[in-house]
Amino acid sequence: MSSAGLRALPLSGAALTRIDPLGAVLTAAGAAALLFLPFVVFKSNRIVPGDPRSLMEVLPAWGALGFAALLAAAAVAALWVADARVRLVLAIAGVVAVALAAAAAGDALTPPGDKIVRISPGGAFWVLIVALGLLATDAATRLSPGPAQRVLFLAGSLAVVVLALAHGTFDHLSVVREYSVNAVRFAHEARQHLKLAFGSLAAAAVVGLPLGVLCHRIPRVRPGILATLNVIETIPAIALFGILMAPLGALAAAVPLADRLGIRGIGAAPAVVALFLYSLLPIVANTVAGLTRVSRAAVDAAHGMGMTGWQVLTKVELILALPVILTGVRVVLVQNIGMVTVAALIGGGGLGAFVFQGIGQTAIDLVLLGAIPIVTLAFSAALVLDALAEVLDRVKA
Amino acid sequence: MITVESLTKCYGGATVVDGVSLAIERNSITAIVGTSGSGKSTLLRMINRLVEPTSGRVLLDGHDTRDEPAYLLRRRIGYVIQGNGLFPHRTVAENIATVPRLLGWDARRIEARVRELLEVFSLDPATYAQALPYQLSGGQQQRVGVARALAAEPAVLLMDEPFGALDPIIRTKAQEDLLDIQRRFATTVVLVTHDMDEAFRLADHVAVMSGGRLLQYDRPAVLLTRPADPFVSRMTGLADRAMRLLSLVTAGEVALPGASDGPAVAPTASLRDVLSELLWCGADSARVVDADGKPRGRLTVAAILAHGRP
Repeated sequence: MSSAGLRALPLSGAALTRIDPLGAVLTAAGAAALLFLPFVVFKSNRIVPGDPRSLMEVLPAWGALGFAALLAAAAVAALWVADARVRLVLAIAGVVAVALAAAAAGDALTPPGDKIVRISPGGAFWVLIVALGLLATDAATRLSPGPAQRVLFLAGSLAVVVLALAHGTFDHLSVVREYSVNAVRFAHEARQHLKLAFGSLAAAAVVGLPLGVLCHRIPRVRPGILATLNVIETIPAIALFGILMAPLGALAAAVPLADRLGIRGIGAAPAVVALFLYSLLPIVANTVAGLTRVSRAAVDAAHGMGMTGWQVLTKVELILALPVILTGVRVVLVQNIGMVTVAALIGGGGLGAFVFQGIGQTAIDLVLLGAIPIVTLAFSAALVLDALAEVLDRVKA
Repeated sequence: MITVESLTKCYGGATVVDGVSLAIERNSITAIVGTSGSGKSTLLRMINRLVEPTSGRVLLDGHDTRDEPAYLLRRRIGYVIQGNGLFPHRTVAENIATVPRLLGWDARRIEARVRELLEVFSLDPATYAQALPYQLSGGQQQRVGVARALAAEPAVLLMDEPFGALDPIIRTKAQEDLLDIQRRFATTVVLVTHDMDEAFRLADHVAVMSGGRLLQYDRPAVLLTRPADPFVSRMTGLADRAMRLLSLVTAGEVALPGASDGPAVAPTASLRDVLSELLWCGADSARVVDADGKPRGRLTVAAILAHGRP
């Protein structure tokens, strides 16, 4: 691998002209960020605006030098090296180095035993993480890894992050500080977030699949059902929460059992109902599209050989439609994981609670404590379901 | 024995099949021919109730096909369609095992049957049993389609344009295979086709349909010599009807005693092929010799020509 990298290094003028355009943009962004933006910000408490600190101040000389050398190597790879494996390895090494540098800065700037000061990653940190992350993603895409490789890579990355967090590597960084203060609540809100996202998905699947089959079997009802779901999809989330408050509130007042089950005008109930309604369109539309795609000859043969209607549906049609239906599930899951955030506004809980509390207190670290896991969850869900749909589709190519 | 009694199918105002009656003998091949829109596929699909008739009925060995649920009836009747309709998500072995599984055969019996059928259709089980349909050629897919239809040893096999998607060489091979299979398993075959050559080649009886009505149902030779309707003559073809007639008779059936120094022909060769051979060699007569080299008589050009007249 290294020899391939060396061979591709710029040794002639001709090679210099073949600069990778994405690499150029990412390198320029990273370099500008390092020059003009703070790498970490020192705050004497969690709410005040902080003082920017440069890397030279916070890292020992050898550390700063090594860090700079690694970033330079990643930049060279981004600009001139065509071998995707070299690009990937250096980009990942860069991400790890940036994270470790921030952790080291946290350790160096925090007075021993202090719980009040906050060391936050600065603009340069975020720009570098995004730039190197994009470089790694681009390199990985060029390698076109199989579905199993992608899932394994995700699992490995998450495991490394979790191990580092458990080990305390990032303990002095502000977001982890916020976490340690809110650990019990975080676990509760994260569970609530998953419950809301997956619960509404499950409900939408239970209702949406039969509805999709119905639309496929009886073409007359299809335009009406799909148009209705389309209209629901256009209502803004906040407005839909508002619309649902009145009927659910009335239901709770009229039926004590509903109230005892937690079905009220505010809280989790309107959130689940709204997410469920949003989820229906992708599930129903993709079920119809998937069933339409199934070979008519296979369905005719299935009937002709004596499968019952139910057997034709479950053993032939739905299985052959599954990759397309899964694409719908992926859309719904990613959409729900994002939209559950807003549910916190009506008392539905979830990681959005940290986001809105952080906005209220202008505590950006608290916002990040909610936002980072949400983004990670959505990204992981998309990757796993894409891989699953690809595996299933390949069998039926 | 399949008895079709005044079967009619209407869709809205249109009558697609109009009062068709016919009796199909056990252990024979019957071809239903007609132009597109003649109702031939609909007639076939009413036999296994993929289409429910508007009126009339179908008897299978004397029992009304409506006496049991349609899906149970269909498990006893093989069904092959154009483009084979294999299940793309199941292996060749699983495809063939479809009906035996529906019938609840035990695993060992299913495996043995799948292996037997793969061998009958010259598909090596080691190579093909676990293959997925898209990995096979068109001809192989078609054979798997027929093997799947025969898996549960049905007495009746319905085929809807089964060879329509194959190229001419593979089609000829598939037709020969079908004749072998039909003799081997003593199956009653009902076949829909728009290809008259195919019908003449395979069928013991031909049903000619047009506009939903059955114009004539008889042996191929009768269709040629005594067509019931001008449409039947047009379907069978006027220009080469003498050659068609010759193609229906084999050398073994009409060989006369006597010797000949002409070319040797097999008793299974059709008179059309023997005549062609004689023209090619410039001989007046052919020796009919069976596979072991035993002489079976001779055929003169004059005798052959006599069989080409109505």
